[in-house]
Amino acid sequence: MIYARILDGGVRIGVVILVITFAIYVFEIITSHIPVNELPKYWGLPVHEYLATCKISTGWSWLGMLGKGDFVNFMGIAFLAGMTIVCYVAVTPVFYRKKDSAFFILSLAEIGVLILAASGILGGGGH
Amino acid sequence: MGLNEYQEKQRMPWRGVCFQILYFLLMGQNLVFGDEIAPSLSLPTSQFPWWGWPLLLFFVTLIMGILAVLGGVGGGVLFVPIVGGFFPFHLDFVRGAGLLVALCGALAAGPGLLRRGMADLRLSIPVALITSSFAIVGAMLGLALPTHIVQTALGATILGIVLIMFLAKKSEYPEVRKADALSTALKISGVYNEVSTGQDIAWKIHRTPQGLLLFTLVGVMAGMFGIGAGAANVPVLNLLMGAPLKVSVATSKFLLSITDSSAAWVYINNGAVLPLLVVPSIMGIMLGSIVGVKILAKTKPAAVRSIVIGILLLAGLRALLKGLGIWE
Repeated sequence: MIYARILDGGVRIGVVILVITFAIYVFEIITSHIPVNELPKYWGLPVHEYLATCKISTGWSWLGMLGKGDFVNFMGIAFLAGMTIVCYVAVTPVFYRKKDSAFFILSLAEIGVLILAASGILGGGGH
Repeated sequence: MGLNEYQEKQRMPWRGVCFQILYFLLMGQNLVFGDEIAPSLSLPTSQFPWWGWPLLLFFVTLIMGILAVLGGVGGGVLFVPIVGGFFPFHLDFVRGAGLLVALCGALAAGPGLLRRGMADLRLSIPVALITSSFAIVGAMLGLALPTHIVQTALGATILGIVLIMFLAKKSEYPEVRKADALSTALKISGVYNEVSTGQDIAWKIHRTPQGLLLFTLVGVMAGMFGIGAGAANVPVLNLLMGAPLKVSVATSKFLLSITDSSAAWVYINNGAVLPLLVVPSIMGIMLGSIVGVKILAKTKPAAVRSIVIGILLLAGLRALLKGLGIWE
């Protein structure tokens, strides 16, 4: 099954990226935006205070900070979080070819929901 | 602290780490590492290397991973109340990490469950559309509401899950006399091979609209609290909709890979993800799950399940009382 095959390969790649980028972070191979030994000062703060104090933007701004040791980890995290979208994109044409219109529409709708969530359009407000 | 004593601590940080881990396990108190005094602190400040926390988190999640497999629960439902209740990280980051922990566990299990025909894609897709949509709503609510309200609601939800685990009966092969119109139209039915008997089991479902309605709540819960919500998925699929138990458990696990994905993106895009918290937790839970599967045959599931229920009860009470300001 195409969904299972893509998921299987994707998870393996994602975990490898996660481990490598985490090693880069904790061994301080690349300078971090927040030095790893200073993070305990911030991790008890609510997220909006943490973002304001550390001058971090929301949404996909992490893409522009991939040169920082802490943000390079987001490559693996985003890769794994995006795997389901990739699987749905692969399986949706199968429903179309089988003339399974209900599941074709449901799959398209799911892709829409996941892309909306991933887009960063949706804010979380603040405490 | 004298210079000699300080130098001794610097040379032997493990002694302090081990002491605090022991204290944590015995007393259920927050630990202190680094310069910062964590909220709800009850231990005197000590100087520890920054890596003490991720290391401790790795070992705790390793144990959680083992218990989750042996107790038949998802890692996320253990992770959020325990780490949120006993570690110094803010609940926002714990929920973000909890979603990613549950997501990665589901992603890793997904291929195997689909290939064996245990998780059913046709059952998953309509349900996932509901849960993933409402998980976004839950995630946005969770990040917008005051922390003490989310903490209190988390405690109440975990205690509710404990009640479900304690009371709900499971039906191996629920009787479904006639599939309902919606599941018939969507052709949601299947056959899976029961390995223990070698039989092919045909199944169909009923009460699909009611089930989908309940999944809106499950989605909100998953997104708001960062828990996998498998404990809520299974009773709806099995007891209400009539899917066989194994299909329900496997489909529930697979569903988390879709539900938690949408909610996880909301947390990622709102900055509520700390890699130092997320990566050791994912690795710990994954390795724990592998160890758990290996020792599964040698353990008594009922005894382990009682331990898991006990831990969840304690963690749920802690979250509830912390949210209410009674047990800071």
